Amino acid sequence: MIGDWLDIGPVDQITPGTARTLPVVGHDEIAVFRTQANEFYALVNKCPHKQGPLSQGIVHGNVVACPLHNWNISLKTGEALGEDKGCVPTIPLRVDAGRIYLLRSAVIGKRAA
Amino acid sequence: MNAPTTLSEKDRTAQVRQRLVVIGNGMAGCRAVEEILARDPARFDVTIFGAEPRVNYNRIMLSPVLAGEKAFEDIVINGDVWYSGNGITLVSGDPVVSIDRATQTVIAKSGRVEPYDRLLIATGSDPFIIPVPGKDLAGVVTFRDLDDVDKMLAAAEKGGSAVVIGGGLLGLEAAHGLSLRGMKVTVVHLMPTLMERQLDEAAGYLLKTELERRGQTIVTGGDTAEIVGKDGHVSAVRLKDGRELAADIVVMAVGIRPGTTLAKSAGLEVERGIVVDDHMVTSDPAIMAVGECVQHRGNCYGLVAPLWDMCRALADNACEQPSGYEGSVTSTKLKVSGIDLFSAGDFSGGDGAEDIVMRDAARGLYKRVVVKDNKLVGAVLYGDTADGSWYFDLLKRGEDISDIREALIFGQAFASGGALLDPNAAVAALSDDAEICGCNGVSKGTVVASINAGACSLDAVRSTCKASASCGSCTGLVESLLALTLGGEVQSGPKTMCKCTSFGHDDVRRLILEKNLRSIPQALQELHWKTPDGCSSCRPALNYYLLCAWPGEYEDDQKSRFVNERMHANIQKDGTYSVVPRMWGGLTNPKELRAIADVVEKYNAPMVKVTGGQRLDIFGIKKEDLPAVWADLNAAGMVSGHAYGKSLRTVKTCVGSEWCRFGTQDSTGLGVKLERMTWGSWMPHKFKIAVSGCPRNCAEATIKDFGVVCVDSGYELHVGGNGGIKVRATDLLTKVTTEDEAMEVCAAFIQLYREQAHYLERTAPWIERVGLEHVKTGLFGQPETVKRLAARFRHSQTFCQDDPWAERVAGKDADLHQHLAEVRPLQMENAL
Repeated sequence: MIGDWLDIGPVDQITPGTARTLPVVGHDEIAVFRTQANEFYALVNKCPHKQGPLSQGIVHGNVVACPLHNWNISLKTGEALGEDKGCVPTIPLRVDAGRIYLLRSAVIGKRAA
Repeated sequence: MNAPTTLSEKDRTAQVRQRLVVIGNGMAGCRAVEEILARDPARFDVTIFGAEPRVNYNRIMLSPVLAGEKAFEDIVINGDVWYSGNGITLVSGDPVVSIDRATQTVIAKSGRVEPYDRLLIATGSDPFIIPVPGKDLAGVVTFRDLDDVDKMLAAAEKGGSAVVIGGGLLGLEAAHGLSLRGMKVTVVHLMPTLMERQLDEAAGYLLKTELERRGQTIVTGGDTAEIVGKDGHVSAVRLKDGRELAADIVVMAVGIRPGTTLAKSAGLEVERGIVVDDHMVTSDPAIMAVGECVQHRGNCYGLVAPLWDMCRALADNACEQPSGYEGSVTSTKLKVSGIDLFSAGDFSGGDGAEDIVMRDAARGLYKRVVVKDNKLVGAVLYGDTADGSWYFDLLKRGEDISDIREALIFGQAFASGGALLDPNAAVAALSDDAEICGCNGVSKGTVVASINAGACSLDAVRSTCKASASCGSCTGLVESLLALTLGGEVQSGPKTMCKCTSFGHDDVRRLILEKNLRSIPQALQELHWKTPDGCSSCRPALNYYLLCAWPGEYEDDQKSRFVNERMHANIQKDGTYSVVPRMWGGLTNPKELRAIADVVEKYNAPMVKVTGGQRLDIFGIKKEDLPAVWADLNAAGMVSGHAYGKSLRTVKTCVGSEWCRFGTQDSTGLGVKLERMTWGSWMPHKFKIAVSGCPRNCAEATIKDFGVVCVDSGYELHVGGNGGIKVRATDLLTKVTTEDEAMEVCAAFIQLYREQAHYLERTAPWIERVGLEHVKTGLFGQPETVKRLAARFRHSQTFCQDDPWAERVAGKDADLHQHLAEVRPLQMENAL
């Protein structure tokens, strides 16, 4: 756990079109997404609406539909799409040599409420 | 047209009926009989001889069969019921070998002799075999009937290379099919341009480029010298320029010629085809001929559309209301999926002919119309064929186009004076005899007539006049006609499934079957989805439709399932889950209760609740604990209650005759049996069953999707109840006397619902949408329907009744429950 980027493991632990979770002690849980087009994104695992676990939603394009009330959240910006208003924090992510890295300061940057 | 006439009607007139013998069980022969029956079902005793050992099918749809887009059953025009229902004798697999005009009899290969009063020759055409060495080798096939298709499919199974000789319509469709089946395909075409009879050079080039992009090799200007064999089987094709193309199969598709052998040996007048007059009568007044075997006013036709016109004229004459056939203008579409190509009329140019051409290379569009004497005489469209029927209509009517000449090439929207706001106006402008459905030869007038006669939905039009019932490419036109004819009574367009598609649920369900779509990506591709991978609304629907269409074959897509079905538990507002084990018919025992109590304690579940469906719901389980909870419940013999699924939920029961002083039947026992039969099946929405032991209805069976109310004399079966947002009491479906019948009807009803309802449509809104009569007809309209539906349900159940919890306990999809890792940022916290 040295450096600015946190290695959270190989890319193939996430099936395309799904997400997995990363609990962070003392902070918000993070959802790491892999789209059908093999793009990777990380968001705080809480819908801005009623804190639904976004990791459990259906992923389509680079959008996830929250499993609680079907709000569509952009994986790129964290913003709610369509008529809905709200935004969930995004975590900078990069993929290097088949491994996923999250920006350490963003992972622990926000205290859980 | 297909309605069987009653036997009594036939018996009544038996004495005066003439014997009509038809040689040829193909599209022309059977269509002619259909037309005659429509006019006068009692006039003839009909016997049809067919060389192929099968019923009447749509030969032009063989290409989709080869391409795997349709099955043989999908292209049958008239099945056994049609023959028997209309009292037609079908002699299949026994070709007629001679006609004796003197005694008015035909003799079949088997020796069968059949006398006739009127004879109809509909022998179609034979594929032309180019007389090169090796043409008789094994592995050289034509593309004419289902046997040819079977041979090609058998070859394709082994893989390897195919050479198709002939780059016309048929050859290209054969090449496309073989290519889709995984063969390496080379098309050898003698002329410099593919489909040179329909396409000009420019359109031919676009087509060639597209086919090459798809992996086919196209050899134009290729003249076959010899088909080379090895051990009696084809191994290669050698061209005159010396090139040799490896081949495990050779398809000869260079053309057809009218099948005139029989007519010739009977002494009928034959030139290129059997010569007929405007009433399709040959040189012998007792003998008629129709279809590709005839020559009318010097023309022979190799396309299907003229058949319909000929058959109408023939039937009019045979029923003594002569009308007369004046020849046909033909149009062509290439049935190669993803390539839009339309061609009609003559575009060979010539004196006084002018070409108007538009190209848009970037979009891969090419349009060309040929104008002569201010009339449209030909049109070629590549890439966008939407205006095809408009051009074809202009062409057939021979209308003066000088007023719209400037805008003609831009299509109907522009030529009619600016973009049309209403797409229906385009259809309104078509003349009554404009062809709407090419597959079934249905004109605009016929469609409108059937709508006026009461067919006010797409399905009704399909079943009454067959328009849009085959390949479906004219569905939009038919919908426009519905909107135009019914005005405000129908919505202008069908409701689409979601924003990702222009198709409605019914169309998607139909096309999955018709186009043989087997996966979500394939469906998205073939149905032109507008989004790369659908959305949270269409993905679950598609997943269900595919699952329902291909039981045991389709591989379920977890990613397209709502979280509850993916996790086999109900997500609650705090992101934890609740777990409901199955309690068959609402029964339980100490062992099960103990296991539930233990789970509640062990996993600190904050609440246990008795559900409305007579079960126990354990709340507050974390996703990572789910497999362990299930393992404990499984150990006590309990399985998933599917309380989370669009599937069978519970079967609610009362105690019935076993304990209750009013109970008339064993409602608990029947409930358990029904639940054992139906659990695990996926449905369009959640599905609830209840069995009440007497009309006091303690199990509230009359607000369930399927409810049984036991009475002294048997079982009342109710459907379409809903206790949800909008309370709906059930409709009485039927009454039966035994438990077995109740089970059978239940299975059939569920299957009908599974096959027809829209995803997320419970039985109540479904029945209100389609009508109770539709459901009753679907179940009881024909004698065997209940049995067949129930059999399909039971078949599909053989793949479903595995406990999904047990699979997870055994380790399947473990990653769904586990975190990636856990971050404990202690040092960082200290540093901060």
